Amino acid sequence: MASNTNQPAAPGALLSGSQILLECLVREGVDLIFGYPGGVTLPFYDALYDHPIQHVLVRHEQNAAFAAQGYSRATGKTGVCCATSGPGAMNLVTGLVDAMMDSIPVVAITGQVTSKLIGTDAFQEADTFGITRPATKHNFMVKHVSELPRIMHEAFYLASSGRPGPVLVDIPKDIFQASSHYTPVDSIHLPGYKLYTEGHTGQIRRAAQMIWEADRPFVYAGGGIIHSHAHNELRELVELADLPCVNTLMGLGALPGNHRNFISMPGMHGSYAANMGMYETDLIIALGVRFDDRVTGRLAAFAPHAKVIHVDIDPSEISKIRNAELPIVGDAKKVLTKLNRVMRELEPEMRALKSNERAEWWNTIRGWMEQHPFKLETSPDEIKPQHLMAEINRISGGEAIVTTDVGQHQMWAAQLIRYDHPRLWINSGGLGTMGFGLPSAIGAQMACPDKLVFAIAGDGGFQMSIPEFATIANQKLPIKIIVMNNGHLGMVRQWQELFYNNRLSEVVLDSFPDAAMLAGAYGFKGRTIDKPEELRAALEEAVREPGPYFLNVKVTPFENVYPMVPAGGAINEMVLGAPQPVAVA
Amino acid sequence: MLQTLTVLVENKPGALMRVVGVLAARNYNVESLTVARTMDDTLSRMTIVVDVESKVRAQVVKQLNKLVNVLQAQDLTDERCVAREMVLLRVRAEMSNRTSILKEAEIFQARVVDSSVEGFAIECTGDPEKLDEFVDLMRSYGEIEVTRSGLVAVTLEPKKLRLASPVPMGASEEEEQSEERLLSK
Repeated sequence: MASNTNQPAAPGALLSGSQILLECLVREGVDLIFGYPGGVTLPFYDALYDHPIQHVLVRHEQNAAFAAQGYSRATGKTGVCCATSGPGAMNLVTGLVDAMMDSIPVVAITGQVTSKLIGTDAFQEADTFGITRPATKHNFMVKHVSELPRIMHEAFYLASSGRPGPVLVDIPKDIFQASSHYTPVDSIHLPGYKLYTEGHTGQIRRAAQMIWEADRPFVYAGGGIIHSHAHNELRELVELADLPCVNTLMGLGALPGNHRNFISMPGMHGSYAANMGMYETDLIIALGVRFDDRVTGRLAAFAPHAKVIHVDIDPSEISKIRNAELPIVGDAKKVLTKLNRVMRELEPEMRALKSNERAEWWNTIRGWMEQHPFKLETSPDEIKPQHLMAEINRISGGEAIVTTDVGQHQMWAAQLIRYDHPRLWINSGGLGTMGFGLPSAIGAQMACPDKLVFAIAGDGGFQMSIPEFATIANQKLPIKIIVMNNGHLGMVRQWQELFYNNRLSEVVLDSFPDAAMLAGAYGFKGRTIDKPEELRAALEEAVREPGPYFLNVKVTPFENVYPMVPAGGAINEMVLGAPQPVAVA
Repeated sequence: MLQTLTVLVENKPGALMRVVGVLAARNYNVESLTVARTMDDTLSRMTIVVDVESKVRAQVVKQLNKLVNVLQAQDLTDERCVAREMVLLRVRAEMSNRTSILKEAEIFQARVVDSSVEGFAIECTGDPEKLDEFVDLMRSYGEIEVTRSGLVAVTLEPKKLRLASPVPMGASEEEEQSEERLLSK
């Protein structure tokens, strides 16, 4: 069978829909699918049975979408997941919305009931096409097998180009089974899908002028830098004009964490220096960011003195939240390459122009950084969560892949673990999904078998992903699963403490399973620790272990994440720590 | 404020759902929406009126243009354009009123499309304010039933339709390579 080798099928060969689908996947360079079979995908799984494309059997479809994201976030390639009709497709939805919010290229293939049964409330029928319309960048339902190649390649093109995102292709069972003379697609024509990647030359020139002329410029770089592979260009820009730079939660690693111009993360749990910088700057250079509410705090009080240069590939992000004085629609890499060229041209006449103001600005920023760095709490009796992150940071040395869920552990991991490269820090930013960390680590480790991968979760989100222990054991993935166990839904508890009179409603998580027994049940090692002196050795043991390792770290239960911009607060009014709030400036 | 948009969409499965869905998801109130095929039967033209704050007007257009099946979305609110709506109404008319109803209809250049013992069915087109007046007037004659079409609009200053050209398969990779070559020079 043509589809069962690495050789492309001859044009015109008579193939089944399933085989055509596999042909298209091979042509798109897919070597790995995360999925879960079911009734209507039987014909596809039959064709996959002796096909070189590898399939990873997850234990819940939601985790197939997360694993595909992990694969994509770690590599930049498009991740692929697959589920059956009805419940299978519905379980993908959270993972697709998550990918949508963070602009992650994922192609989801779902089975649908046989064409004739669509609309009859057939067994395992759901309106996947309708339900996933707002969950995807675009979606398709295949109506005839001859459309399949065109639709598949359009799906991959849409997922990976422009602002990346998830694309779903819904395929009725009879399409998998139908035969067709396979005609390879040679071009993609989506007349309504206009990409603006180059950036307006005049605007770029004006941007360079503005950057040189600013007294207190501040680079606000995010996930767009990573999607666009523009980290080298960002670094060049930052070094060229000696600009202070913050990376958002989605952009950590865009500028190396150990770079001298890197301030830290801004926002609700960002550093004092990052937020004060955003507040005091007179020019925000926004690169691949979307002025998320978690970054801006109260919008009216956000960066009140600043003009904004906003570079984004998605025109709808420009001036959506904050008006941009200088919009540039384009791909970050292309725009920055041109911007850097113009910056250099102007350098001889402009460099000295603001040198005093710039020196003063850096002094102020360095002052903020020294005044209030992220606090590295430790205690002789208990493991502080910050201590845990600091030890992981020590082992990682800026090089390990770290995946997380959402919540306190995510914020501490963002604050205290350094990321010296893009695509090391993998977390659910926009949607903030519990249960993201472990399955996304599966995708990341499958993509990067030689990398050290930490999957860090809280004890809440972790318990949403336990089924994937089986996948990890199955695939013998050496993921280091670290649970920061505070016995609570920590972030919700923190808000209840601070804003709901400490009435701790439904946030206590009792009955956590025994770590050694749980991991042992799946055939790998696990351990629980609760003493600070055990921490370093336990982490080292986990890393030395050639296979998976589950380390349950009992930490102080009532630690809060600081600094904190309370919801609706201004970013310069951070609460820097317990007990009494300190209003600044 | 009311914003009038004209949207050219591909007749692809789900295209209408996408347009309506994005308006709903972004919290824009739809006042009216009309859709029908154009001369090219692979395309449809929509006229949409939304009620939004004036500062989000640009965002509405961008969100519509972001849809893959939308070829062009254009804000007609401040453009030179002609906008019309049609109303079909049934009015119960006593024999004694019939002549004056017909006179009023004539003033509004409305047409009687059905006449029976109970009364008239009348068709009237015009701008929405004029139709409001006509409907009010007819109501004064007795019980009426009204169906309005929603606004249809045509711009008098057409914007050039910019479309994406076909992309050869694997083009993005080649492009990246050529760019790398350029940089290494």
